[in-house]
Amino acid sequence: MVLDAETSLVRFENVGLRYGLGSEVLRDLTFRIEPHSFQFLTGPSGAGKTSLLRLLLLSLKPTRGLISLFDQDVATLSKDALAALRRRIGIVFQDFRLLDHLTTYENVALPLRVQGQRESSYRQQVTELLQWVGLGERIWALPPVLSGGEKQRAAIARAVIARPHLLLADEPTGNVDPNLAQRLLRLFVELHKSGTSVVIATHDIALMDQYDARRLVLHEGRMHIYE
Amino acid sequence: MTEFQHRDMPAPDQPARAETPIVPKTSIAGTALVAVVAIMTFLAALTTGAVVLVMKSASEWQSEVAREMTIQVRPVPNRNVDSEVAKAVAVARATNGVAEVRPYTQQESARLLEPWLGSGLTLDDLPVPRLIVVRVQDGQQPDLPALRDELTRQVAGATLDDHRSWVERMQTMAKSAVTVGLTMLGLMLIAMILSVTFATRGAMATNRTTVEVLHFIGARDRYIARQFQRHFLLLGLKGGLIGGGIAIALFVLAQFTVERFMGSAGGEEIAALFGSFSLGNLGYGLIALQIVIAAGVTAATSRAVVNRTLATVS
Ligand SMILES: Nc1ncnc2c1ncn2[C@@H]1O[C@H](COP(=O)(O)OP(=O)(O)O)[C@@H](O)[C@H]1O
Ligand SMILES: [Mg+2]
Repeated sequence: MVLDAETSLVRFENVGLRYGLGSEVLRDLTFRIEPHSFQFLTGPSGAGKTSLLRLLLLSLKPTRGLISLFDQDVATLSKDALAALRRRIGIVFQDFRLLDHLTTYENVALPLRVQGQRESSYRQQVTELLQWVGLGERIWALPPVLSGGEKQRAAIARAVIARPHLLLADEPTGNVDPNLAQRLLRLFVELHKSGTSVVIATHDIALMDQYDARRLVLHEGRMHIYE
Repeated sequence: MTEFQHRDMPAPDQPARAETPIVPKTSIAGTALVAVVAIMTFLAALTTGAVVLVMKSASEWQSEVAREMTIQVRPVPNRNVDSEVAKAVAVARATNGVAEVRPYTQQESARLLEPWLGSGLTLDDLPVPRLIVVRVQDGQQPDLPALRDELTRQVAGATLDDHRSWVERMQTMAKSAVTVGLTMLGLMLIAMILSVTFATRGAMATNRTTVEVLHFIGARDRYIARQFQRHFLLLGLKGGLIGGGIAIALFVLAQFTVERFMGSAGGEEIAALFGSFSLGNLGYGLIALQIVIAAGVTAATSRAVVNRTLATVS
């Protein structure tokens, strides 16, 4: 599918979210994420960054308001359509969620395998990506023996292997030293330049100061946007 | 790279490599499930086999017994038993559908009574009833009420026993054997479905993270369900083959043993009870069918549980 330049990847209108009977964690969110864009999603811990990413990933339903992804109202999606949408979104979880019984290679290749592609058809692509993120030596290692930084890079590689239109990353530099954080940021910028829209949730001010980009700031449930 | 735990796999530029299953085999309580399915299939096969044997023997007995009737002539004071027996034989011979009429002679009657009364008895001294065996022509049903009337009219002390109460009792017995068997099969099926349900739930709980990740990277429910199902179909087939296989082996062995000892007294008694102990094509076919059913039920149950669980998460 070729995305029209006028079409937003993500559109939120007056979205509110609450967990159970609590007060609203997110209120009246109205914003868009454009194709080929790069933004930080920030705010103090507990501000609702992870919750917002889960809304974007459709793993949470908003309590009110309208969310549309790739021009589709997500409230009316069938489960298969949901799966199809998620194939166009790459996600890096804060806790990685690598599968411990699969090798680094198999973890990274999983999105392609799930799409029914043959191993021989993606072998080169996966190996090259692993080399690019500096895991060339760790291809056959199982996640439990990887360091935090290695897991982080494996999780990022899995998120981008299927060339998503939208990449979501939750605190991707939370577990790594500043030096690696900088390298990972460069990796995201590279992806952005190759056409992916990137949303990085972080409360790391130092990281954001290294790259001048749009900032979506969550504060007391509301969003303030700094272009 | 030796200090790291890693898979012993060829480099990525080498051809076709076996993929690690997404749902690991070790995450399923497989051995326990195979054992449960094997035990259930074994018991089901035994039950089926027993029911088939009972039904076969019952129908053999029935046709034997139903082809015979007995006329009993009790001595009546002032009447000659021998002439009464001769009259009864004449009446029976004159009846349509009767193939053969054979009165037991006095000596034969004495021999029948020997076990109870001892040998060397003179039956003339005792009022011993005399028996006449009437064989019915194959496929014929003589008019019994008419025969009974005729006997009462012409022969003093004659009664007719058509063995019907025997046949009916045997039919009732065979029917209850089938009912009990079917009930047991139903219970085993339920127990198996429950076991598979718990095993599948357990497997899904163990693989919860995997299922979540698969959802997030865009796997369809069908794909996820397949990852579980291939294990369960295999486990069910394995359990069914083990259980059904052992049962078949037992029946073959029993048949063989009975045939072997057919000459001996014990063997003949067993044969009288259970026929030749041979299940026949029907029996073995049913057991083979149960193996297939065990595998199918295991796969279908786990599929239903997986689908239901997947439908409740998004
Ligand atoms: N599953 C949940 N159930 C109930 N409350 C939750 C849940 N997840 C997050 N919250 C609450 O929502 C708020 C926002 O959390 P979160 O989105 O994790 O923030 P952040 O990622 O910015 O730290 C917090 O107050 C948190 O306690
Ligand atoms: Mg968070």
